[in-house]
Amino acid sequence: MAYVAVKGGERAIEAAHAWLAEERRGDPALPELTLAQIEAQLGLAVDRVMAEGACHDRGLAALAIKQARGDLIEAAFLLRAYRTTLPRFGASNPIETDAMRIRRRISATYKELPGGQVLGPTFDYTHRLLDFALAAEGGTVPPAPERRTDAVPMPRVTGLLAQEGLMAPEPPSEAEPPDLTREPLGFPADRPLRLQALARGDEGFLLSLGYSTQRGYGNAHPFVGEIRMGAVTVEFEPPELGFPIELGEITVTECQMVNQFAGSRTEPPQFTRGYGLVFGHGERKAMAMALVDRALRAEELGEPVEAPAQNQEFVLYHCDNVEATGFVEHLKLPHYVDFQSELEKIRLLRREAEGE
Amino acid sequence: MTALGYNFGYLDENTKRMIRRALLKAVAIPGHQVPFGAREMPLPYGWGTGGIAVTASVIGASDRLKVIDQGADDTTNAVSIRRFFARVAGVETTERTTDATIIQTRHRIPETPLREGQILVYQVPMPEPLFRLEPRVAETKRMHALADYGLMHVKLYEDIARHGHVAISYNYPVLVGGRYLMSPSPIPAFDNPKMDRMPALQLFGAGREKRIYAVPPYTAVRSLDFEDHPFQPVRADAPCALCGSRESYLDEVVVDDRGGRMFVCSDTDYCSTRQSHQEAAE
Amino acid sequence: MTLTPGFADPVPDAQSCFRALLEAMARPGRVQRIKALPEAPVPLAPAAAAALLTLADAETPVWTDGGPAAEAWLRFHAGCPLVAGPGDAAFLLAVGGMPALASLEAGTEEEPHRSATLILQVAALEQGEGWHLSGPGIEHVHRLRVEGLPPGFLAEWSANAARFPRGADLLLCAGTRLAALPRTTRIEEAG
Repeated sequence: MAYVAVKGGERAIEAAHAWLAEERRGDPALPELTLAQIEAQLGLAVDRVMAEGACHDRGLAALAIKQARGDLIEAAFLLRAYRTTLPRFGASNPIETDAMRIRRRISATYKELPGGQVLGPTFDYTHRLLDFALAAEGGTVPPAPERRTDAVPMPRVTGLLAQEGLMAPEPPSEAEPPDLTREPLGFPADRPLRLQALARGDEGFLLSLGYSTQRGYGNAHPFVGEIRMGAVTVEFEPPELGFPIELGEITVTECQMVNQFAGSRTEPPQFTRGYGLVFGHGERKAMAMALVDRALRAEELGEPVEAPAQNQEFVLYHCDNVEATGFVEHLKLPHYVDFQSELEKIRLLRREAEGE
Repeated sequence: MTALGYNFGYLDENTKRMIRRALLKAVAIPGHQVPFGAREMPLPYGWGTGGIAVTASVIGASDRLKVIDQGADDTTNAVSIRRFFARVAGVETTERTTDATIIQTRHRIPETPLREGQILVYQVPMPEPLFRLEPRVAETKRMHALADYGLMHVKLYEDIARHGHVAISYNYPVLVGGRYLMSPSPIPAFDNPKMDRMPALQLFGAGREKRIYAVPPYTAVRSLDFEDHPFQPVRADAPCALCGSRESYLDEVVVDDRGGRMFVCSDTDYCSTRQSHQEAAE
Repeated sequence: MTLTPGFADPVPDAQSCFRALLEAMARPGRVQRIKALPEAPVPLAPAAAAALLTLADAETPVWTDGGPAAEAWLRFHAGCPLVAGPGDAAFLLAVGGMPALASLEAGTEEEPHRSATLILQVAALEQGEGWHLSGPGIEHVHRLRVEGLPPGFLAEWSANAARFPRGADLLLCAGTRLAALPRTTRIEEAG
């Protein structure tokens, strides 16, 4: 009977998962993709999954990408669901991006600056022409020319502006930052909490929001003060030791946007900062995050809050793609009980309308 | 530890403790939404993570778990969640409402009246009853603090003015203990009266929205209405084609493309129990 | 000082204790027996110690007047920070006398759940006699007799109830027995 057919069941689920496994593997005549290949050759996908999965582990991110068949949001979800079961030993010391081993560093606000501009491994200035040479396998890549940059100090652009008193100060705080993985978002959300949410937020969502601030939805006049990407040391200070120990190093991308600020009754006109920081090489995300961070500071800077990107609840509640994809996709689940109640209600209202 | 390498019930003990503290406060303040640090679960947000987190924090080895979705034990998501707990908690599962100590549900309350000693865990997609009228969470928090539910009364009144009826057929708002406006989760309004003074404990988990709330046993749960327009639960006007029930909530099943319909109980356990009693009587 | 053990089997013991706490809170005045008990140091009642092990951890400041042995035991097994002021605690474990209910964290109108839970050791708990309890969780009336409460308790309790939804919640413990009084419970003296 049809009634039975509409119900799912254990066997249906098992068969579907077996099919999924088969599709994941694809043509068995082709060699299977290895995690090492994903890690090495799809590095930016690995970086994005680590950032949105909020877990820095290249190997696990590569596994998640393989398991998710390349669906990066699904992979981020897999990584998050793993991360949440890990015991928490403590919080690392803040990473020092000042001391980054730079692989890329550019500023749009100065032509020349101490430490210079380092283009690094970028798509910028590539001509977006499909490279058919890549379609042929087995080609060797000639080594890129090298110049050591480690020894050159690279002060941050915002620091240079601050020396002149032109950058609104952001005094460091020793306060324990909130942790949105343990305490749900509360509003108004202060900046550490907002930055935390944005750092794991969806790249596409932040990109569009950041873009909207450039098109007049939010009062943005941004300049890229600096983008830097490279390795930073992660240190942890166990309370019983009293001194930090080095855990290793990770690659991060940092973006500092410099924005005009008209000043207020108490403050002279100066520049304010929008800040972005993501795991791995994630320049688009770091830039978008910096734009949105600055937009979300509207209220504390006394600017009118009118545009979507300036609305804390709107941005922070909707930037998490694991939450968003779950709820959008849950519409696939059966809703026939509620739909039935709607059917009965509409029929009732129509009967009464016809009776009148 | 279970065979999978995860803790009993999947969640770590710290997370369970945090959820347990939230649950006790939720019971102490009936209908009030307690925020909690919801974790990512191995099922997607929106697919029952809140209910799963609550069940995982409550369940023990001696429990018998029943999971229903749309009233049915055999719907795919119910099967999936039941399998999850069988794997990570090794608990006994059942499809019999009367045998279960914990019932996790999406969108329905079983037809068989629940008793003391049972816990009903609701999966809640959107815990805020006012969200369609006021999407700002900070603002709805203020309204709950002031018990300022005028917006909802106006909405119901406008429905009556336009349609002659309240046009809400599911997720019909209720007032708990005379104080807090609460979303009953999207159960059909037909099920609302079952919440009122229920002998079982009712717990609600909203994972994505990170809220937990509760209705203690024997607590007044009133569906909002007006004296001249009393609350009216709606049900298809037909008997179940399988067990003949005229009391149960019905699914409408389309049997052909020429308008053919049949109606069957949405509560599969209720329906099959009635059928087996009828067979035994024959 | 030697530390006595906590729960023998922490995961299931905490679970079964939590279910007793949940049942107690959901059905005020019904006396629960805690089955899996830690070896609590004097002067802690086993039920009170079990409740704290179940609920307290590094995220919950605890106040107690239980003395150094109790403090060391809680710090070790629950890992909870201990605070000096009753008003700063999420959980309080009182063995000597009851801190004034009005001095405890009662939460705010918007966040009444950010309120303290007082675990109070009493001399005896008996259901079916004594006070008449009513409110959520109670079908008609529950009866509960409590021995060892301060004389002004009922006045303090009604003042606590009057600030609903704010207010403190109470867990009464005697030996291995436990009963709860959430802020919603109304108490009438036996006539």
